[in-house]
Amino acid sequence: MADTETLMPYDEALERFEPVLGLETHVELGTASKMFCGCPTEFGAPPNTQVCPVCLALPGSLPVANADAIESTIRIGLALNCSIAEWCRFARKNYFYPDMPKNYQISQYDEPLCTDGYLDVVVDGKTVRIEIERVHLEEDTGKSTHVGGATGRIHGADYSIVDYNRAGIPLVEIVTKPIAGTDRLAPEVARAYVTELRELMRALGVSDVRMEEGSLRCDVNVSLMPRGASEWGTRTETKNVNSLRSVERAVRGEIERQAAILADGGRIVQETRHFHEDTGRTTSGRSKEEAQDYRYFPEPDLLPIAPDREWVASLKAALPELPSVRRSRLQADWGVSDLDMESMHNADAIDLVEATVAAGAPAADARKWWMGELARRANEAGKPLAELPITPAEVARVTELVASGALNDKLARQVLEGVLAGEGSPDDVVAKRGLQVVNDEGELLAIIDKVLAENADAADKVRSGKVAAAGALVGGVMKASRGKADAARARELILEKLGVS
Amino acid sequence: MTELLHKTAAELGRLIAAREVSAVEVAQAHLDRIAEVEPKVNAFLHVDAETTLAQARSVDERIAGGERLGPLAGVPVAHKDVFTTTDMPTTAGSKILEGWRPPYDATVTSRLREAGLVILGKTNLDEFAMGSSTENSAYGPTRNPWDLARIPGGSSGGSSAAVAAYQAPLSTGTDTGGSIRQPAAVTGIVGMKPTYGGSSRYGLIAFASSLDTPGPFARNVLDAALLHEAFSGHDVMDSTSIHAHVPPVVEAARQADIAGLRVGVVKEFGGEGYQPGVLARFHEAVELLESLGAKVVEVSCPSFGYALPAYYLIAPSECSSNLARFDAMRYGLRVGDDGTRSAEEVMALTRAAGFGPEVKRRIMLGTYALSSGYYDAYYGQAQKVRTLISRDFDAAFHQVDVLVSPTTPTTAFPIGERADDPMAMYLADLCTIPTNLAGNAAISVPCGLADEDGLPVGLQIMASVLGDDRCYRVGAAVEKALEDRWGGPLLAKAPAL
Repeated sequence: MADTETLMPYDEALERFEPVLGLETHVELGTASKMFCGCPTEFGAPPNTQVCPVCLALPGSLPVANADAIESTIRIGLALNCSIAEWCRFARKNYFYPDMPKNYQISQYDEPLCTDGYLDVVVDGKTVRIEIERVHLEEDTGKSTHVGGATGRIHGADYSIVDYNRAGIPLVEIVTKPIAGTDRLAPEVARAYVTELRELMRALGVSDVRMEEGSLRCDVNVSLMPRGASEWGTRTETKNVNSLRSVERAVRGEIERQAAILADGGRIVQETRHFHEDTGRTTSGRSKEEAQDYRYFPEPDLLPIAPDREWVASLKAALPELPSVRRSRLQADWGVSDLDMESMHNADAIDLVEATVAAGAPAADARKWWMGELARRANEAGKPLAELPITPAEVARVTELVASGALNDKLARQVLEGVLAGEGSPDDVVAKRGLQVVNDEGELLAIIDKVLAENADAADKVRSGKVAAAGALVGGVMKASRGKADAARARELILEKLGVS
Repeated sequence: MTELLHKTAAELGRLIAAREVSAVEVAQAHLDRIAEVEPKVNAFLHVDAETTLAQARSVDERIAGGERLGPLAGVPVAHKDVFTTTDMPTTAGSKILEGWRPPYDATVTSRLREAGLVILGKTNLDEFAMGSSTENSAYGPTRNPWDLARIPGGSSGGSSAAVAAYQAPLSTGTDTGGSIRQPAAVTGIVGMKPTYGGSSRYGLIAFASSLDTPGPFARNVLDAALLHEAFSGHDVMDSTSIHAHVPPVVEAARQADIAGLRVGVVKEFGGEGYQPGVLARFHEAVELLESLGAKVVEVSCPSFGYALPAYYLIAPSECSSNLARFDAMRYGLRVGDDGTRSAEEVMALTRAAGFGPEVKRRIMLGTYALSSGYYDAYYGQAQKVRTLISRDFDAAFHQVDVLVSPTTPTTAFPIGERADDPMAMYLADLCTIPTNLAGNAAISVPCGLADEDGLPVGLQIMASVLGDDRCYRVGAAVEKALEDRWGGPLLAKAPAL
């Protein structure tokens, strides 16, 4: 559905308006069983096979809270520097929707488990502190699929089908306080925050945080105010933002859309908007101007949660190394600049580089290949780096072959290409393609003789002391050997032959 | 066969265990009685002789095989149709669940089965347990065996009538605001509301989650205690179930000794609105307690006067949310799904057609009370009252061991009399509601017939949280003394059906 709204170019929008962001992130916890029953939580099972009386809300069934989910939520809160409630309750959020079996969601309302924390992210070499309002625990809904109709939404669909496998999976909601002052970096800050959050979840081991499978979902709130104004504008909430890139695009798109409306004297409607991956645009969803009344009240089927203070302290003491701390450590180990580290982070390359180093590669080489040739190929394929069909161990082997002189950089690129094409391990590719630096000095000397004969002028220059001219001769040898010659050895031999060694 | 009907559950259990009579014979006698009087009483929503007899046969086989079962093995029980049962439909007295066959047993149901009790059928109730007369059942009212023109109480009216009419020696009920004690009182039998969390709510179709409590009906105190013990105790499937042993209720019912016990008479219960015959029997019961060696004092519970309004905010609030799941999507009635209507419209049409007027009234009350802007004034205030009532009980139980009151202000009223006057109907639970709000234990035992109408009057005995055994101890003492005086159980005075 194409909205006919006009957009204001980003630079112009930012000249006239200041954005304020807010991010609500939902993380599905990777517990073995659901939040309030014993059903498994694996993704991708046939529809409605991981259900029971409790998560189908059959009459008479009752919830029992998953202790692991509560523990994970507290650990998330601690990692986000939050205060952990000494006593809090679940609450019922009442609204009717076919994918919510009870027609209320067990959530938390005015008594969240974790409050008032922060997460630091680095954008453009600058640290931005994102304040966390709350972290609370709730249950996921079932998954509706609306068949027919133009929008894929319930209105206008011919019929809808519901898979309740997802109903009742533990869901942690992490809500930021309004994020002001990010200025033109707003889209990057939003992306950096979600990236950092995702890494934090992985480090804690609480979720597989796969955005494409919906185990990490992000709602992006954006409002604009005219430059110099002190009162924030009306915000919209964009849902269905299912990748890190989309987070950035959604913020940018919403800034451009709202700026055009405001510049035209219009007003922003407080509403939910849906992000469209294909166009990068958002379309209007449910209006929130008539605020829905969820009639929250404390869940009478569950006991209050009162985490023991000593237990919370022990959870805090046992937190793993957090991603930002780990990055600082790796940066020091690897001896790279802030900017290089940030670009590795943005490219999701840190884990890969670390694993490659662990497999024996020097840090500089590991970084060079992942951020150079492999990043280029991932980009061409439109894939994340981690999804390239090559392992850190294979990359480490390539660096080893180069270091040993068996390969030069040019050949190494061909080996990588071969591995990516499924031709086997680096050694397989070397063998099959016959990619080896020419080590046979006899063959090399024959090539050199031929090159010197063909380039007598350059040879004379070198003989007369202009050693720099040897470069052209080495180039000639490389060309004649189709890249297989060891350039350093060729240079030595050339200089030797011309009597300037 | 008729003599089997008049035996106590304890005696039936003994006879079956000793193989002097078979569980099948006992079940058949009760099935015959049901067939005989059910057209007059309408206590049951579902009876299936084959299923019942199969259960009885299985118990007989287990006993013949030398298995040692509990004291109630082979004894029949009528089961309130608000507990899920895999082998019988479960409707909660509502059209919206007509014909629903649950895929799982309630914890109370499975414990009945484990104890070898034989389920005779599912009993009638006010729709979703909302009411005090069983007139709100979508399947027609149950009648009081004492006077077929009168109500058997509610919401567990099918269960009280079945026991009073000798259709079953035992039955299950649920008590949210008095739904066991009031029906027991008006049919002249024993009904116990255990401590909240003492018996599992898993598989009990929820009305008000923080108040609903499963409990037993029987014709005498010991039988009630035996059934109480059979299905109570901690359940991992119910987070609000208490991690504690079941209080020694059977031992207390056998003990029946109250010398030196401190008994408090709740000052606030009595006077205007109470039937004189009810008060007369109540005062005699208090004198009886004194004569048995109890020390009787008057105790004031000033917040009890606010219990009824607080209850009618909390219970409807919870029910408005609990009943949201009846939406035609996964089970039960579905209305208007003709391919042209949206899910939302089908939900609305189904709920409009499937719920009765009292259920709708309470859903609306609760929806309103929880609404933004009203929450603090209604639900919030009601919760404060609830705390005050708990404090009144705490203070009272510092002074006395049990509190007593009439169970209900009047005897059974005629069917139809209060049907159009919800406020009059709600007053039936005036004396029982404080216990639900505080979560403590209370029992109703028969204490005679009112002079004006010759109908049964109940004595309510309230004890502290987990003081269930005290209810039985005092109840058994009163029962013994009164039966000596009457020359047999009160129910013997009921007219033959």
